[in-house]
Amino acid sequence: MTAYLPELLRGLLVTCELSLVGFAGALVVGSAVAVFRVSPVPPLRAVGALWVGVLRNVPLLVLLVLFVFGLPDVGLRFSLFWTAATCLTLYASAFVCETVRSGIQTVSKGQAEAARAIGLGFAASLRYVILPQAFRVMVQPLGNVFIGVVLGTSLVAAVGVADLTNKTESLDLQYNEPLTTFGLAAAFYVAITLGGGLLFGVLERRLRVSR
Amino acid sequence: MSREPDVLFDVLGPRGRQRTRIATVVVVLVLAALLWLALRQFAVNGQLDGAKWQPFTSPPILRFLLVGLGGTLQATVVSALLAFPLGAALALLRLARSAPLRWPAAAYVELFRALPVLLLIYVFLLVLPQLGVRLPLFWQLVIPIVMSGSASAAEIFRAGVLSLERGQSEAGYSLGLSYWQTMRLIVLPQVLRQLLPVLVSQLITLLKETTLGYVVSFPELLHNGQTLGEYTQTLIQAYLVVALVFVLTNAGLSQLAVGIDRRLGTRGRRAPGSAGSASGQQRPGLQVRLDA
Repeated sequence: MTAYLPELLRGLLVTCELSLVGFAGALVVGSAVAVFRVSPVPPLRAVGALWVGVLRNVPLLVLLVLFVFGLPDVGLRFSLFWTAATCLTLYASAFVCETVRSGIQTVSKGQAEAARAIGLGFAASLRYVILPQAFRVMVQPLGNVFIGVVLGTSLVAAVGVADLTNKTESLDLQYNEPLTTFGLAAAFYVAITLGGGLLFGVLERRLRVSR
Repeated sequence: MSREPDVLFDVLGPRGRQRTRIATVVVVLVLAALLWLALRQFAVNGQLDGAKWQPFTSPPILRFLLVGLGGTLQATVVSALLAFPLGAALALLRLARSAPLRWPAAAYVELFRALPVLLLIYVFLLVLPQLGVRLPLFWQLVIPIVMSGSASAAEIFRAGVLSLERGQSEAGYSLGLSYWQTMRLIVLPQVLRQLLPVLVSQLITLLKETTLGYVVSFPELLHNGQTLGEYTQTLIQAYLVVALVFVLTNAGLSQLAVGIDRRLGTRGRRAPGSAGSASGQQRPGLQVRLDA
């Protein structure tokens, strides 16, 4: 076990990196797309709708093989890690966008009307009135998206990124100790998802406003 | 959608309309530029040549892809038929009063919700053959999907049962029905109806997970797309076509979920948390599975 533990931990590190990069990227892209979807500009709305419609319905593995094995055909070559991270970001951004959008919709209509009544425009009312309130409702669903991203990173193993799942598979082939390799990997995944769940739970309690 | 997003801005005045017009033009120009760049990238590398797309018009190749789609649908349906009843059973066990029933169910659900399907598939692919167990490809794909899918479904059913008025089950008990009778005769039929839209969107997740057939070499759509792409040297085209088919199939399913949600909604009782989107993301206790 001591022989391959460092290797497995290296895989764990890649999984963590991919999860964090993918989730952070998805937060940024997803929020931007959500703003597109509620903006007054028709083509921006259409782009937002198409973005979500495509990325929420395409399986992540299809996106991964398309980017990893397809893009070199059109002369685009990037490092494997960043290609995988981009796919995760794109895929999760659709879920973040829908979370943000339904968060925006839970803020009562009166708030938006009040914001407009005191003369705030589209951007200002989103920035100062709607989004701060919407964010509180979004914390738990975003936690679910984060856990989804963590589990989603396992698929990069299928396109050859040396993440936790990929390392587990190759170390099992090499050392033939399935109980410890798979057991450890399972424990790591449970730990990450539990940790993530706890973190978002704490965050939600901190941000909750008693009414 | 409960509310139009238009509440975020007033009816536009002359200046606002002009700004919107300018923004529209800019967005369209940017989109056109991006599209042009993408097409040029394809053209420069010869990927727009007729020969590269020709295969996708020939009947035998289309039939091959259709067979793949058939495999995808078959694996999805079988997974759903196994995972949903199993999930309902797990949910009821987890809600049961006796601890020896509750704890194993809870442990199973929490464990398999935290494990990626691919890891389970590798267990079936690598570990079981060493123990002398040889399963057909189909089951090597479907059993891991069912293992994690039933855990997700259990949480859906549990949230559904908990969201049903307590009066319903109390009425059952006061009639002298046991826990299992109450669940079977009173609670589940109502919960099932309310959960229909969520279960349909759960089908999308299962369908996405069948793409892992790519790993176990089960002939589903992605695997057949890969075989085809490598054989005719049209990888990117094959994957684009496969992606398109998946998007259309899943968009159809989610449209179905929205439709059912709307029909149930007009009958008075709302499905739990259905005020949000029909995708079930906002429902309590639900987890979005992205690992497919």
